[in-house]
Amino acid sequence: MEKTWNNNAWFMVLPVLVLVAFSAVIPLMTVVNYSVQDTFGNNEFFWAGTDWFQDVLESDRFWDALTRNLIFSAIILAIEIPLGIVIALNMPKKGIGVPICLVLMALPLLIPWNVVGTIWQVFGRVDIGLLGRTLAALGINYNYVQNPIDAWVTLIVMDVWHWTSLVVLLCYAGLVSIPDAYYQAAKIDGASRWSVFRYIQLPKMKRVLLIAFLLRFMDSFMIYTEPFVVTGGGPGNSTTFLSIDLVKMAIGQFDLGPAAALSIIYFLIILLLSWIFYTVMTTSDAKG
Amino acid sequence: MARINLEHIRHAYGAKPKSEADYALKEVHHEWNDGGAYALLGPSGCGKTTLLNIISGLINPSEGQILFDGTDVTHLATQHRNIAQVFQFPVIYDTMTVYDNLAFPLRNRHVPEAEVDRRVKEIIEMIGLGGWAKKTARGLTADQKQKISLGRGLVRSDVSAILFDEPLTVIDPEMKWVLRSQIKRLHKRFGFTMVYVTHDQTEALTFADKVVVMYDGQIVQIGTPAELFERPSHTFVGYFIGSPGMNVLPAKIDGATAAVGGESIALGFRPKIKAGATTELGIRPEFISLGREGMPVAITKVEDIGRHKVVRARFADRPISIIVDEDGEIPAEPHVTFDRQAINIYADSWRVGEEA
Repeated sequence: MEKTWNNNAWFMVLPVLVLVAFSAVIPLMTVVNYSVQDTFGNNEFFWAGTDWFQDVLESDRFWDALTRNLIFSAIILAIEIPLGIVIALNMPKKGIGVPICLVLMALPLLIPWNVVGTIWQVFGRVDIGLLGRTLAALGINYNYVQNPIDAWVTLIVMDVWHWTSLVVLLCYAGLVSIPDAYYQAAKIDGASRWSVFRYIQLPKMKRVLLIAFLLRFMDSFMIYTEPFVVTGGGPGNSTTFLSIDLVKMAIGQFDLGPAAALSIIYFLIILLLSWIFYTVMTTSDAKG
Repeated sequence: MARINLEHIRHAYGAKPKSEADYALKEVHHEWNDGGAYALLGPSGCGKTTLLNIISGLINPSEGQILFDGTDVTHLATQHRNIAQVFQFPVIYDTMTVYDNLAFPLRNRHVPEAEVDRRVKEIIEMIGLGGWAKKTARGLTADQKQKISLGRGLVRSDVSAILFDEPLTVIDPEMKWVLRSQIKRLHKRFGFTMVYVTHDQTEALTFADKVVVMYDGQIVQIGTPAELFERPSHTFVGYFIGSPGMNVLPAKIDGATAAVGGESIALGFRPKIKAGATTELGIRPEFISLGREGMPVAITKVEDIGRHKVVRARFADRPISIIVDEDGEIPAEPHVTFDRQAINIYADSWRVGEEA
């Protein structure tokens, strides 16, 4: 069969092409451009090759921040995914409870990141915050400004509060798509509550869970605003994640070359990990 | 294996039914024999699935009781009733293999693994999925999946009853025959009580010893296929069973004669009719003969459907259908005679018997 070539089609995709070029490709290329050059201002650039990449990869600062990122994401996923599933399983399936639950669940998602940060920053303060004062009154020594563990706990609880809803909503969407006949058949087959979950609900939620997992991984790995607002990366460097480090480097120190190299490494790590997760999860899906 | 008693069962989906019309299932009071094969036949929305789900315990009836072998199970949960049910659309456990799917109901009941293996292997051969035992159920075709659903129902040998909710809807016509005869054979062999919901009359008639015809939330007749054909107790049964359905003509009954339009037809008996009832005469197309003698009709259309012809005609200004043999002659001035034995008289849609 002869293919019809119609060059007018290019005009149709042109707007998207332009949009993507300006929003993604060109900025990314600019970063690439910075990462291989050195500048002392005045728009003068010198070729630097892979020096900046070597610098970044050899610095403890990078590896420490990366480790923090990985630990943070692992904790976030380990809490939010199971918690989201449990909440979704216990949400009402019909009646007036459904819209109420859905709205309640959606609320944290509607709040801008920096506002979430501010809320928790104030909430946890030992002098005026509700949480900080309550814990102090209970005799618990809690201070996220001075104690790294407390800072981490605050960030994790905040992220769980903010984002578990997303997992819940995705899982809930997967659950309500299961026809009643499955539950009825399971009853007739004498399946236990656990079997129903293991053999009906979990397989049906698998696809949405994959999406939830990827979204939560990428988002938590790129976290910036909330720790920036709450802890500013401290105490010390204990909550300095890659993103925070990157901003310090680029804007604080104006080290554009290393910052650009770090950006690219950061980007590639996220891309690589997401690809690994996706491949692992979809191949296990195909094998069943 | 169990005898099933339905004691004054009624069901409404709304919380507080006010009138008769609020009931999806109007009063049902019947006994179904141990080991019987029953088909629940009726159009969509007549309450047949509701009745089935009441038997399986997926629905609690608003009123009445259900007894298995004399034991009240009305409030017993589905898993404790020892019944199997096959649904309209295949329900399979995607992540399990075909073998594990079939073993699932047995393993849940802690049947010893050797027994599980024996039964599963038997069923897997029977449903023709022998070579697929180790495959995951996900990649199968719709009718293979439905066979697994069927298999999961059949694998438990000790069930009180197996309930089928239009299980062959998604199966190809050819495969339908195979599966239907397999189910029949199993029924003969194991003798479980079987309830089969369908809206396909051929399926119901070929499959069941007793056909339960439902219409508008009630059971209008329970009978053998022959009874349903010859003596439909409600005009609905007449319409619904048979192809084409029974001719039902408004008639005035006077003693042992019925007047349809201008024609008067002699009946073999004196129907017992209450004053003021709307009366009708029912005659199946098979029992009308077309010839030169009798009452005049005007033929509007002849449909040749292979083994016989269906003649559509107007009789006493009403449409009727007549079945004529393939080589039967259609005269130029057609007349009809009704087989007297095959005439049924209906008062307010219900068949009436002879006056005592």
